[in-house]
Amino acid sequence: MIVPDRPDTVERPTLPPPFSNYILDAAFDEMLGSDGRPRLHYQEMFHRLLEMPAEALYQRQQAANTAFLNQGITFTVYGDDEGIERIWPYDLLPRIITSEEWQTIERGLTQRITALNLFLKDVYHDGRILSDRVVPRWLIYSCKHFRREMRGIRVPHDIYVAVDGTDLVRLPDGRFAVLEDNLRVPSGVSYMLANRQVMKRTFPSLFGSYDVRPIDHYGRVLLSTLLSLTPAGRPEPVIVLLTPGVYNSAYFEHAFLARQMGIELVEGRDLLVHDNVVYMRTTAGLRRVDVIYRRVDDDYLDPLTFEPRSTLGVSGLLNAYRAGNVALANAIGTGVADDKAIYTYVPAIIRYYLGEEPILPNVETYLLSDEKQQKYVLEHLDELVIKAVGESGGYGMLIGPYSTAAQRAVYRQRVIANPRNYIAQPTLALSRAPCVIDDQIEPRHVDLRPFVLFGEQVTIVPGGLTRVALRRGSLVVNSSQGGGSKDTWVLVGTSAENNQ
Amino acid sequence: MLSRVADSLYWISRYLERAEHTARLIDVHLTQMLDQAGGDTNLRWQRLLRSMRTPQPPEEVDAYSVTYALTFDEANTSSIVSSIASARENARQVREQISSEMWEQLNRLFLQVKQTTMEQIWHAEPHKFLNSVKEKIYLFQGITDGTMSHSEGWHFIRFGRFLERTMATASLLDTHFSIFLTEQIEYESEPLDYLSWVELLRSCASFEAYCKVYTAALRPAQIAEFLLLNAEAPRSIRFACTMMQGALQAIAKSTGSRNTGRTERLAGRLRAMLDYDQIEEILSGDIHEYLENIQHQCGLIHNGIYQSYIAYPIEVALTSRGAAQA
Repeated sequence: MIVPDRPDTVERPTLPPPFSNYILDAAFDEMLGSDGRPRLHYQEMFHRLLEMPAEALYQRQQAANTAFLNQGITFTVYGDDEGIERIWPYDLLPRIITSEEWQTIERGLTQRITALNLFLKDVYHDGRILSDRVVPRWLIYSCKHFRREMRGIRVPHDIYVAVDGTDLVRLPDGRFAVLEDNLRVPSGVSYMLANRQVMKRTFPSLFGSYDVRPIDHYGRVLLSTLLSLTPAGRPEPVIVLLTPGVYNSAYFEHAFLARQMGIELVEGRDLLVHDNVVYMRTTAGLRRVDVIYRRVDDDYLDPLTFEPRSTLGVSGLLNAYRAGNVALANAIGTGVADDKAIYTYVPAIIRYYLGEEPILPNVETYLLSDEKQQKYVLEHLDELVIKAVGESGGYGMLIGPYSTAAQRAVYRQRVIANPRNYIAQPTLALSRAPCVIDDQIEPRHVDLRPFVLFGEQVTIVPGGLTRVALRRGSLVVNSSQGGGSKDTWVLVGTSAENNQ
Repeated sequence: MLSRVADSLYWISRYLERAEHTARLIDVHLTQMLDQAGGDTNLRWQRLLRSMRTPQPPEEVDAYSVTYALTFDEANTSSIVSSIASARENARQVREQISSEMWEQLNRLFLQVKQTTMEQIWHAEPHKFLNSVKEKIYLFQGITDGTMSHSEGWHFIRFGRFLERTMATASLLDTHFSIFLTEQIEYESEPLDYLSWVELLRSCASFEAYCKVYTAALRPAQIAEFLLLNAEAPRSIRFACTMMQGALQAIAKSTGSRNTGRTERLAGRLRAMLDYDQIEEILSGDIHEYLENIQHQCGLIHNGIYQSYIAYPIEVALTSRGAAQA
């Protein structure tokens, strides 16, 4: 997806180095206002960068890269035979969010996760929302991630989604909107924490000049969220993190979080179920497990119920879960609520359960199972983005404006063959933020994934993972597709105070 | 500690001990050959292979082919490169349980061995390469002792190291001493092939330590006594068994030992045997059988560890104290 940017036709004065190549376009710019002047909360950084020699900028970026290399902070790209582990691409400059902006995000995400948890409980129990025809029944039952086995199972404290990572984008008018919900096994939080550590080490003076809210307590909050799921009658619960193992792309994160929380990192082969109780095999004998923070997908969780060839899961786990002897975070079957077709109904879901208007809007989305919408989409394939409803990570999508006729033909056929499996969205001009490209600073498209924890209360650590499409013009921010990331700063107090 | 983690820690050190042993053996052998030009090299290499329990190749062997097979041949599971790769793979599985320093050291060693070719070391100095492998493994052991908490996991590492050492040394002694059974040579006399006894001692990194006790006058009986029964030499079988027993006791203590009685009895019996047996009696009996028995006992102890801590039957665990806490 490498295409030249289309600069705005409006003439603006060229900025001094290192901003010489910083050209605004139709997308919202995080740093510069539409008048080409830095926004209040970016002024401090802007002026520091102006004064900094080009080599110094380059050296700091190198120092940051080295820090990631030495710590072995890596991720895995699938379908890449060679060099399984890659170094995490990090951009030196922070993405800054004001406290007002954050308040909106925080309220919006809290509202959304609350409604989605109520929705999941309803879908797997009474199905009121289906009887009331707010969400079509067939859409639920045809969802790839709907789990029939979960019907009628009481989930501890009715918490289906305890850990959520929601992808937000910023539209050209500056509003944040929800691009997708990740309610199954969202990842990326370890990179948020690692980015902050590296930031403090490689650019302490800049960090010190802002009043940034801390995020280091994520591990502690995650642990207490998991604790709050403990089945009744277990005063000293044992919590474990279940990983698919060292070959999983997010293994680094699994190990990192287990260490942060001080809990055991287990694989499926370490666990067993006897009489509907889950145990882990330790050198001191079998130890009962009460809460499993599982980073294994539903399909691989229990070979007796789901994918029978899976060796990543634990035989009998679903029965133990059904018996209420173990809690899972997240619950099984939460994927029904982050299906991209169900996504279009989330505003209606919020209104239905909470009687409130959604605080964070959705992105305009076409349901291809609807005949009229499908017709429109097929006529405008070259303008739209087509996404498979059950995929994530930037896989299974077509970006119309940057696609070839052959690619469009393939997607046309796929959509016609299985319309339920696809949605379409306009090609969004994601907002852009300044990035270090060699020794210059250029704008690149970014999104934002804050991490939401739902336990006894909703906690959103102020910040998130800002992902960057580091290739010029690219709109794809996924690390598996050449994206990088930035440290994300949420400021204390008002933006005006921060510039004193 | 998770059983799987204990298992990996145990195998990391077994594989590294094996790689270090192999590196030393080849190095000593190659050096020794310089002094014995014209001798029956084929026979020597055959003996080396036998001592490592490697299948005997049908054809004549030479220094190059054996060195290659034992160093870089990835198809040979007991070659240095295979052992180190297996150690690293085990470490990768438990990367969070060992210190980063340990991981980095092992990774460096792995990369070095992986990136070196037979041609490179053969045309330069094999000694240099083999020695650096040894040194890097010693360094790993030092780093382990210096950076890892001396708790259960560390004891599993120690246990693995000394079990492997016991077995390797017993096997090596066997190939050198079995000749006495067939040829009726006097143990007490000055050996004819002085150098091959130097080689044995050097292969156990014990030449200097031996000389300090018995002087440079080499007597097979004294060599046997030193390598089998010396209480202080870190390469003697008795020393290794003492360490092994200590590690086992520490593991049993830290896990609140459930039915580990059998393993402890086995380790205790082996140690007592080495503590009280007399070398004259061992040599007048069947030394081959004696050494075989030591290896057999090690096998039983290995199985015992698995049954007590790693692959125990679930039914047993559910009825014993382990499940009582549930």
